Amino acid sequence: MQPHTIGSYDADLRALDRLVVEMAGRAEAALEDATSALFDGNVQLAQRVIAADRLIDALQHRVEEKAISTIATRQPVAVDLREIVSSIRMANDLERIGDLGKNVAKRVVAIGEQPASHKAATSLVPLATRVREQLHAVAGAYARRDDAAALEVWRADGAIDALHTSLFRELLTYMMEDPRNIGFCAHLLFCAKNLERIGDHATNIAEIVHYMVTGDTLSAERPKADESSGVGPNLEPNRT
Amino acid sequence: MDMPAQSAFTGEQAGHDRKPAAKVVARHVDVFYGDKHAIKDVTVDIAERSVTAFIGPSGCGKSTFLRCINRMNDTIPGCRVSGEILIDGNDIYDPALDVVQLRARVGMVFQKPNPFPKSVFENVAYGPRIHGLARTKADLEEIVVTSLKRAGLFEEVKDRLGDPGTGLSGGQQQRLCIARAIAVEPEVVLMDEPCSALDPIATAKIEELMGELTERYTIVIVTHSMQQAARVSQRTAFFHLGTLVEFGDTQKIFTSPTDERTQDYITGRFG
Repeated sequence: MQPHTIGSYDADLRALDRLVVEMAGRAEAALEDATSALFDGNVQLAQRVIAADRLIDALQHRVEEKAISTIATRQPVAVDLREIVSSIRMANDLERIGDLGKNVAKRVVAIGEQPASHKAATSLVPLATRVREQLHAVAGAYARRDDAAALEVWRADGAIDALHTSLFRELLTYMMEDPRNIGFCAHLLFCAKNLERIGDHATNIAEIVHYMVTGDTLSAERPKADESSGVGPNLEPNRT
Repeated sequence: MDMPAQSAFTGEQAGHDRKPAAKVVARHVDVFYGDKHAIKDVTVDIAERSVTAFIGPSGCGKSTFLRCINRMNDTIPGCRVSGEILIDGNDIYDPALDVVQLRARVGMVFQKPNPFPKSVFENVAYGPRIHGLARTKADLEEIVVTSLKRAGLFEEVKDRLGDPGTGLSGGQQQRLCIARAIAVEPEVVLMDEPCSALDPIATAKIEELMGELTERYTIVIVTHSMQQAARVSQRTAFFHLGTLVEFGDTQKIFTSPTDERTQDYITGRFG
């Protein structure tokens, strides 16, 4: 795209873009560290994730300030307007992702170092891996303004929901096996839910990238496969 | 195979069923100033009782095209217009048509307020009088008052209708010119940068007025202010180098224009 006749306008937009990219990087790191802390039972790492969340919050404020001042001074239209509005919306989702990562980290602290919890925690690995891939892919789609990559993320969210549902069933079996498992399994259920929510925010971001690049909104129903709300403790396999 | 010329129009219009009726229809309009090809094959439908904005860089042809709609270009030596412009289905370039009558139906407001060097009252009364729209003095007074009211000026000038129009402020003068234009009950009002000589408050008053005027009139405005086009119009046409690059709903043009040239222009990325 051609630069603006007023060069400082481009500088404003670049600054905003850099802030969002930095936020995305920090949100990815929070997720990465929180899940590593979970699988390794690393309470110290979890505490670092909790402490680092305020940096993401601060970045969100900076994105908002920059976006508002750019709107006020430039009266953006068309692609510029879409970029600025998208940066505000992205910052919102990224801030939420940071919070959810922090929530996982808090659970890690709460579980502490119980040997029995470790095996159960590893059952979250496939879900965590998938969510990390989704977030990484959508952050890249934003940075490259790559609509095709964003749409791929958008379509893939169903897989996360399916993993979450099966994990829900698995954790229920652990709890039924031995009531001493109930405490940390309940924490793990919340972790799984937080990860699944991060997947939803990645899907939101995919929609934002699509709008930013094309000007169209994704109106179709999002791919959904979370059936955990239909899963009861009797574990009938074909209930849903 | 010979196709009747009309069928091409109906075919085109069939695709836009939801649009309001077109008041002004231009088909394949070309304008030449001597050898200079100022407007190239412009086809556009201007919807009734709405504001249509023409935007584009200087020299893009937007004012030239605007002036085709009431045949103001006829007065320029060496200017030649081809193609078809219809108002309510009637060809305005029909040789049998009375141009004076046309200009009564298609009023015009210019960049600089240009009141006659006469009283406020006479400025507005002049058109209705020469077109024989008022039979009695009372009729004429009523037309003047109504026009001033519709132009949002009456309250400000009601005590000095006899004062010279040129003594009003710039914004008031421009509203006086609008009152003068609408006093002859036109159907279409053309505005060529009507606010470029006004301060923001006077501009806001004119913009507010445009919205009210669409209850009765079809408005076409040429403006250099993209924000003004975005604020006042329902449809926007972007002209560049004599061609109509893009024409569509204002909201669409300013959020996601289709053509890259439109995007470059409205976002301030032009050459």
